Amino acid sequence: MAIWFSRSRNIVFSLRHNLNLSGILIKRDYSPRPAFTNSQLSSKSVCLDSFTSLRHESTAVEKQLDLVQQSDEEDPQELNFPGGKVGYTSEMKFIPESSSLRVPCYRVLDEDGRIISNSDYIPVSEKLAVRMYEHMATLQVMDHIFYEAQRQGRISFFITAVGEEAINIASAAALSPDDVVLPQYREPGVLLWRGFTLQEFANQCFGNKADRGKGRQMPVHYGSNRHNFFTVSSPIATQLPQAAGVGYSLKMEKKNACAVTFIGDGGTSEGDFHAGLNFAAVMEAPVVFICRNNGWAISTHISEQFRSDGIVVKGQAYGIRSIRVDGNDALAVYSAVRSAREMAVKEQRPVLIEAMTYRVGHHSTSDDSTKYRAADEIQYWKMSRNPVNRFRKWVEDNGWWSEEDESKIRSNARKQILQAIQAAEKWDKPPLTELFSDVYDVKPKNLEEQELGLKELVEKQPQDYPPGFQI
Amino acid sequence: MWGILRRSAVDGGGFSASSLRRTRFSLVSARSYAAGSKEMTVRDALNSAIDEEMSADPKVFVMGEEVGQYQGAYKITKGLLEKYGPERVYDTPITEAGFTGIGVGAAYAGLKPVVEFMTFNFSMQAIDHIINSAAKSNYMSAGQINVPIAFRGPNGAAAGVGAQHSQCYAAWYASVPGLKVLAPYSAEDARGLLKAAIRDPDPVVFLENELLYGESFPISEEALDSSFCLPIGKAKIEREGKDVTITTFSKMVGFALKAAEKLAEEGIGAEVINLRSIRPLDRATINASVRKTSRLVTVEEGFPQHGVCAEICASVVEESFSYLDAPVARIAGADVPMPYAANLERLALPQVEDIVRAAKRACYRSK
Repeated sequence: MAIWFSRSRNIVFSLRHNLNLSGILIKRDYSPRPAFTNSQLSSKSVCLDSFTSLRHESTAVEKQLDLVQQSDEEDPQELNFPGGKVGYTSEMKFIPESSSLRVPCYRVLDEDGRIISNSDYIPVSEKLAVRMYEHMATLQVMDHIFYEAQRQGRISFFITAVGEEAINIASAAALSPDDVVLPQYREPGVLLWRGFTLQEFANQCFGNKADRGKGRQMPVHYGSNRHNFFTVSSPIATQLPQAAGVGYSLKMEKKNACAVTFIGDGGTSEGDFHAGLNFAAVMEAPVVFICRNNGWAISTHISEQFRSDGIVVKGQAYGIRSIRVDGNDALAVYSAVRSAREMAVKEQRPVLIEAMTYRVGHHSTSDDSTKYRAADEIQYWKMSRNPVNRFRKWVEDNGWWSEEDESKIRSNARKQILQAIQAAEKWDKPPLTELFSDVYDVKPKNLEEQELGLKELVEKQPQDYPPGFQI
Repeated sequence: MWGILRRSAVDGGGFSASSLRRTRFSLVSARSYAAGSKEMTVRDALNSAIDEEMSADPKVFVMGEEVGQYQGAYKITKGLLEKYGPERVYDTPITEAGFTGIGVGAAYAGLKPVVEFMTFNFSMQAIDHIINSAAKSNYMSAGQINVPIAFRGPNGAAAGVGAQHSQCYAAWYASVPGLKVLAPYSAEDARGLLKAAIRDPDPVVFLENELLYGESFPISEEALDSSFCLPIGKAKIEREGKDVTITTFSKMVGFALKAAEKLAEEGIGAEVINLRSIRPLDRATINASVRKTSRLVTVEEGFPQHGVCAEICASVVEESFSYLDAPVARIAGADVPMPYAANLERLALPQVEDIVRAAKRACYRSK
């Protein structure tokens, strides 16, 4: 069977070249004639007859020549189905559930912060590198202090990004300020990079009257349209199809910008992940999907989340260009996000980046991860695979950073954050009028009436309300 | 016979239009319309409204399953693809969650999507985006994220389509602060309210009715003008009366008007209020009417518990208690998933006779 096949293939090949019928079987407008059936093909003579008869109908398409010569090696014939031409094979072969080799991870810096020789990467200037490092260090200090504040009962809730500082800062550094960010909830570093101040972070966590979010949301649900950073929304993965929509809007308005959205490994199980990626591909929307694969979705390990080789392999299923990157390598993340962003905008297509990392902290302050994972596993990642230390080594080796700079940035950040917290804690909560505003664009009558009613009630019964209650 | 005739309505939409037109002529002559000789189907009214809004504002675009090439599952978006192109009339893959999310995202970024659900029953698959994202974003972001999106499509029962295609979602969406919920009845309602919905900076849920698409209504010159718009939150008194107030919305308005005719024969003057807007609810008009008639019968197609009627009854009892001369009455669909068999379906929905009976009971004319 196999021998016969190769002979017939050779005949096809030689005939084609002799008769110069390059496109005979791969014509674009093949509609009137049905594709060869298996029974037809099994007869050598029919092959020859068909060639000579089809000669008259061949409309050789020069472009197809490459296709023909390529597919000649594997599949000499192609079948016409909705969705385009597809080669066929008579060997019943299932695509394996996973390839023997996992998709490799793109990295530039080794664990000692040294650039791996012959690395492909976009160079980072001293100014940019120092700025990136300062932000990574600030993010670390911020996470630590706010976490402690929650433990002390000063704020109700907090989510840290410990272990993911490189993803946070390097991705933000690689984007343009016009790129619209739809976060999940572990990306405050992106907002920090864009200029949201430590005081603003504190205000949001305390929900005071200076909070740009007017005390409407739980801590860490920051948002700022000045910084093109959409307010964090709790339901998981809803930001993915929304990002496709934002991308579509940017595409229609021909803006030099893309949508960038973040998701964790767990979030990729949501239906919205499928919808968002599929749609972005079909609409050819400029969206960069960044998946932070940190190994854990609260207590669900990735082995219980999916059976695929992570998330990067899913990109191709949607027709999306994808890359797996070492999320703890700031330079690799920077290069990957920068390139993805250019592709998204110039080619008007979505791109998927899977950033491998580890969630060093607990899922949130409502979680104690030592209950479901080994304490020494956490320690290992915290100490030996720390992205901030790794980048610091590189910056120091370049002579751009010193011990002095280190203690300065850390003590400054610490001081600023503590001051911000102290101030935010003292300030009043939002006034009563903010209970009823922004439900709609214009406050409707029923809410105006309710607000009036409540004001009157507070004035009439002040003993039922705390002293100095702000109307 | 009712059942058989009902079924043909699904295919041609002709039944309801033709039989009701007979009764409609008498109503037309009873009302005074400025140049009321022009008629328009609800379908054309919706189509023209979308067309005009798309023409006026390049940010408006239509999205949904079958809205483009197929001209719309119910032909509401007929001709739009040809006129505005595939970028503005977008045929989506089958994922309500997906395209609703995309619409919300596009609205966040400043476009004005008009998202079509083939039926609001399918909006269940996208309800998180509608409620947790669209409805609440303006509030949660403290005014930084506006969502000028309109969700539209057929709502409630059609004819012979079973439980998963017949539910009325007015009460579900109207309970959510942050959304506006509209339910047109006539062609004028359809035009004016859809234009208002598309122009509105807040997310609007626009509940149409499949059986009304083919119905023709007289339409004034004013309503045909491209700048025509109806205010959101204002109910319309379709028929004045002094004996009993009947409030309802969508297809039931037609039933209520027929019931009012029957009641008039027995000397009962029913005031029929077409709510038009479920959220915000025009409590002022409803209460003013009840204070005049002292009796309330509220009608809806949807399930009784926690329904729109329940809210109206609560509002009237709270605000106009001392004006009531009889207990408030609710007429709603049966508390069962909609059955398919035509006779059962008829029993599961309010009929004109039910409205007449309830009104008479409120007037102490029957038990």
